[in-house]
Amino acid sequence: MTSPTLSPQSLTTDHQPPSIWVKQLSLRYGRKVSFANVDAQFRAGQITALIGPSGCGKTSFLSCLNRLHELTPTAQLAGQVYLNDCDTETIPLTPLRRQVGMLFQKPNPFPLSIYRNLAFPLKEHGICDRTHIHHIIETTLTDVGLWAEVKDRLKAPALSLSGGQQQRLCLARALALKPQVLLMDEPCSALDPLSSEVIEDLILRLKGIYTILIVTHNLGQASRIADDVAFFWVQHDVGQLIEFGPAKEIFANPQDPLTAAYTSGRRG
Amino acid sequence: MVRRHPAGKEQGATLMVWLVALGITAVFLWLLSDVIWQGGQAVNGAFLTQAPAKAGLEGGIAPILVSTGLVLGVCIGVSLPLGLGTAVFLTEFSPQRSHRVIRLSLDILAGVPSIVFGLFGNAFFSRVLGLGFSILSGGLTLACMVLPILIRSIQVGLVNVPREYRQAAAALGLSRLGTLKTLILPAALPGIAVGILLGIGRAIAETAALIFTSGYVDRMPTSLLDSGRVLSIHIFDLAMNIPGGEQNAYGTALVLVILLIVINTLVSWFAERFRQSKLQIL
Repeated sequence: MTSPTLSPQSLTTDHQPPSIWVKQLSLRYGRKVSFANVDAQFRAGQITALIGPSGCGKTSFLSCLNRLHELTPTAQLAGQVYLNDCDTETIPLTPLRRQVGMLFQKPNPFPLSIYRNLAFPLKEHGICDRTHIHHIIETTLTDVGLWAEVKDRLKAPALSLSGGQQQRLCLARALALKPQVLLMDEPCSALDPLSSEVIEDLILRLKGIYTILIVTHNLGQASRIADDVAFFWVQHDVGQLIEFGPAKEIFANPQDPLTAAYTSGRRG
Repeated sequence: MVRRHPAGKEQGATLMVWLVALGITAVFLWLLSDVIWQGGQAVNGAFLTQAPAKAGLEGGIAPILVSTGLVLGVCIGVSLPLGLGTAVFLTEFSPQRSHRVIRLSLDILAGVPSIVFGLFGNAFFSRVLGLGFSILSGGLTLACMVLPILIRSIQVGLVNVPREYRQAAAALGLSRLGTLKTLILPAALPGIAVGILLGIGRAIAETAALIFTSGYVDRMPTSLLDSGRVLSIHIFDLAMNIPGGEQNAYGTALVLVILLIVINTLVSWFAERFRQSKLQIL
C-alpha cells in the first residue's frame, strides 16, 4: 500500500476549528447510566485521545457531541456541549452534523458506487453543480490518498474496496462536507496494521485544521498522535472521566493511580 | 429402553427431516401434477380467449381473466401505496411506544377470516358507498384484507436494513427522506417484494370475500363498476354448482396456478433489477 500524498492546501476549511466544551455531561440508556458528570474542554485544532477499558462510555460520549445518541430512543442526555460558545442543543441537526463529522469503528460506506458515496451527501446538503461536486470529490479523495487508486473505477461499488480503502473513503466522505470537528471511534481497530498506519498518518496531517477526538484502545497510537488524553474508567457501574490532560503528562506522570495502572498495562 | 449410539441418533434425525421434507414436496407435486393432468386437456388458445357459454361448461374464461386482472389491479393499486406509506411511517417516523399496539392489531387483522372482510366490504363498499356488486368494491375489499400482511412484511424489510446505513447517513447530517429514498427503500426492496407476493397470493386465491362484493357475473366487464367473476369463484362455481363442470374447473385452476407462478417470477425479478439499479451491494 502506498502512503497517501496529501495536498495540504486543499485540506483547509473556511473557518478556524472550534474548541469543544463539555459541562456536567451524563448519558443514560433507560436505567443504565453510560457515563456521568463529565467536564472537559477539548482544545481547538488538537487531537484528543479518549482511552479506557471497553464499556466505560467512550463511544457513547463521542456520540453525544454530534447528538448521534438521539438515534437510540432510550438515550437521555443531561448537561451541555458547546462548540466555541454555541450550545449544540440550539444548533439544528443538519448543520451540526455537517460541522461535526464522524468516522466509525467499522468502515461504513453506503452500498453505492465510490463516486456516489461522496456525491450523495453533497447533493443532500444542497451542492448540485456537477463540476463543483466532481472537484470536491477529486480533492478529498486525493487528500485521503485514494484518488490514484480509484480514479479509473469511480463507478465501482464502494464495498468492493479493501477495509483500509473503505475507511479512507468514509474519511473523504466526512471531509467533503467541510466539517470543523472530526469524531473518530476506533477508526483503525478493524484494519490491518498497514492500513491502520495509513489512517494514523492521515489523522496526524489533519491536526491543526480540525478539532479531533479519537477513541482508541491502542495506547501506542494514543501516545503517537494525541496532544491531549482523556482517561475514562468505570466506577460503581458508571463511566467517569478520571483524568484529562496533555498526553505527555498522562503517560509520563499520571496523577490518578487508576490512570497509572491502565497506561502501564497493569489494569484494563 | 435401548441406549443408542449418538451417531445412530444423528442419522435417525437426519432421516426424519428428509422424510418430512420429501412428504411435503410429494404432496405439493401430487397436487400440481393432478391439476396439470386434468386441467391440461381443457386449456388451449380458445379457452383463454373465448367467453364462457352454458354456465362455463363450454367456451373459455376470457372475461374471467380480465375481471381477475382488474380486481387484482385495484387491490394492489390501492394497498401498495397505503401499505408502503404506513410501514415507512411506522418504522421511520412514529414513536417506538405505539409500535406494539399497532403491530398487534395488524397481526390480528391479518388473521381475520376472509368471509368477515367480505361481509364488511359488502356492508361498506357495496351498500354505504353505493358501489354495489362491482370490481371496484371487490378490489377495495381485497385491499383491506391484504393491507395488514403487506404492512407487516414491508415493516420487516425496513427493520432488516443494516443499522449502519442509517447511522452513517445520520452522522453526515443527511435528511431522513433523502436517506429513505436513496438507501433504505432500495435496500428493503426484497422485503417489499415478499409483501406484495404474499398479498397477491392471498388476493388471487380469494373466493369468499369476493362473492359478497364483486359478484359472479361472467360477462366481460366494461368498467370498474361492473360486476365481474374472478378465477377462484369460477372454479368454485364450476366444481360445486355445475354438474359436469369439473373439466373446466381444473382448466381454470391450472390457469390460476400458472398466473401465480408468472406473477411471482415477475415481481421478484423486477424487485431485484430495481435494487441493483439503485444500490451496489456485492
